Amino acid sequence: MKIIVAIKQVPARDSQLRLNSAAKWIDEEDLTFEINEPDAYALEEALQLKEKQGAGEVIALCLGPERAGSTLREALAKGADRAIHIVCAHPETLDPLAIANLLAGAIRTESPDLVLTGLQSDDLGSGQTGVIVAELLGSSHATNIMEVLLQADAIRVKRELEDGWFQYIQMPLPAVLTIQSGLNRLRYATLMGIKKAKTKEMRIIEAETLGGQAASLDRIYPPDRQKQTQMLTGTAKEQAVQLVEKLRFEMRVL
Amino acid sequence: MILVVMEQHAGAWHKMSWETLAGGQQLGKAMGEPVAAAVLGEGIGALAAELARKALDKVYAIEHAQLALYNADGYTAALAALIGQLQPTLVLFPHTYQVRDFGPKLATRLDRLLLSDVVRVMPGPVFVRQLFQGKLNADVRPTTAAPHLVSLQAGAYRADTLVAGTAPIETITPALEASRQQPEAPFRESSRAVDLTAADLIVSVGRGIKEADNLPLVEELAKALGAELAASRPICDNGWLPMERQVGSSGQTVAPKVYLAVGISGAIQHLVGMKGAKAIVAINKDPHAPIFEVADYGLVGDLFEIVPALTEEIRKAKA
Repeated sequence: MKIIVAIKQVPARDSQLRLNSAAKWIDEEDLTFEINEPDAYALEEALQLKEKQGAGEVIALCLGPERAGSTLREALAKGADRAIHIVCAHPETLDPLAIANLLAGAIRTESPDLVLTGLQSDDLGSGQTGVIVAELLGSSHATNIMEVLLQADAIRVKRELEDGWFQYIQMPLPAVLTIQSGLNRLRYATLMGIKKAKTKEMRIIEAETLGGQAASLDRIYPPDRQKQTQMLTGTAKEQAVQLVEKLRFEMRVL
Repeated sequence: MILVVMEQHAGAWHKMSWETLAGGQQLGKAMGEPVAAAVLGEGIGALAAELARKALDKVYAIEHAQLALYNADGYTAALAALIGQLQPTLVLFPHTYQVRDFGPKLATRLDRLLLSDVVRVMPGPVFVRQLFQGKLNADVRPTTAAPHLVSLQAGAYRADTLVAGTAPIETITPALEASRQQPEAPFRESSRAVDLTAADLIVSVGRGIKEADNLPLVEELAKALGAELAASRPICDNGWLPMERQVGSSGQTVAPKVYLAVGISGAIQHLVGMKGAKAIVAINKDPHAPIFEVADYGLVGDLFEIVPALTEEIRKAKA
């Protein structure tokens, strides 16, 4: 079975974000980047599916600037067989449809049985890429997947619904699945894996410039506060003392 | 026309549908456009009749045996046909897990882009979305012609502003091919041993706790306060606490007297599960964390210093 995992590189979770001078995106200088968390689970699931079958190929696919190559290297070190990097200096200027078009173009040349990706990115958070890719490829799809069961020519997947509900769905291959965090335990790259990754194939594709965009990002800005928050200041002990006062006399629970 | 696509499961409305419908009514008024609502399923006469008692210009009941259980292929085909026929200016969806499953597919089918998880609609139209898990907002402007497809975040509009009225119902039976997805009946994992919804006090822990070994710190705080212990999704994903203690869109929705969020940044998926709390206290090292936008009381600092100090002060106060 041939599996493609589409992964994205995003700013590390605890990053202090500053707007760039045009207020169109964040200032990326001094930021560190990491794999988008749900994509890490998608990669792990692909590796486990291959291991369960004892055969097959896992290809990591990433659209991003030069720096995103490090995230692909990491995927190779964890066990992906090869990688495809669609190089695009400013992916933040692309809308989800444009991104999906570029990904689908690369996926088509590989004719995989299964495409996995995280259910959403931690930066743009559109939660759409996988589903659009499926429609562009003419594949079946399912989202928010918590379990993947392989059958002869089909898959049975467990979809997470809201409020603690789940559902199994069966569909034919090829298919696209968007993976929910937490469906497996992530592995670390081993030293051997890191060494091996250096010899694995990384195909570079220059992103074609796409004329048509369906949406433009006019500006970004910090959100306004919905509530007047009372900030309790001072040392940890002083903050604790003030909060106990509030718990007692304002919230009345002590 | 503004078309609102409602969501129902086994004959019960998804409550975000009403917020979206209220949004449709308000935008219809502002834009001077008629407003219609659509519901899909099998045997949905009663649901359509309920919609027909709202101030709408039309209710579309899309009936088909293949829509009895939600499936992406069926919903996409049925709605693509309806939108193609009506050519609305704006199509509004609640930003639910189900809409996330078919909305992008439907938009692509119509050669459009879904503007997802929108929190506000401004004249233009310009749509406000959140980026970076709620840390920043973005103004997004569609550059294609109508229809614009938009999914609205929970809380973007208030359901209690819905206006009653009467509307004619049109029942449509779409031509559908067999769906590739074969859905089975939804189920809940074994009954929840922990019912957080009944708790008066909740201490909830997030990623800021860093390691499972640090959890006793918040367990002690919960014990001192007499509170239930809860968590944001990553803590349960890591297996540090059982899934049944998860608060958020995929976990439990709680409304305690006090919700004390420790080291939780406040992604929307978490906020929807707890913003109904009477009082929210947030302890976080990042003063820009989105949790402070909903918090009544904020403590910026190192939770590894604040939490033990708080546990001690609570014990003293209770002694």
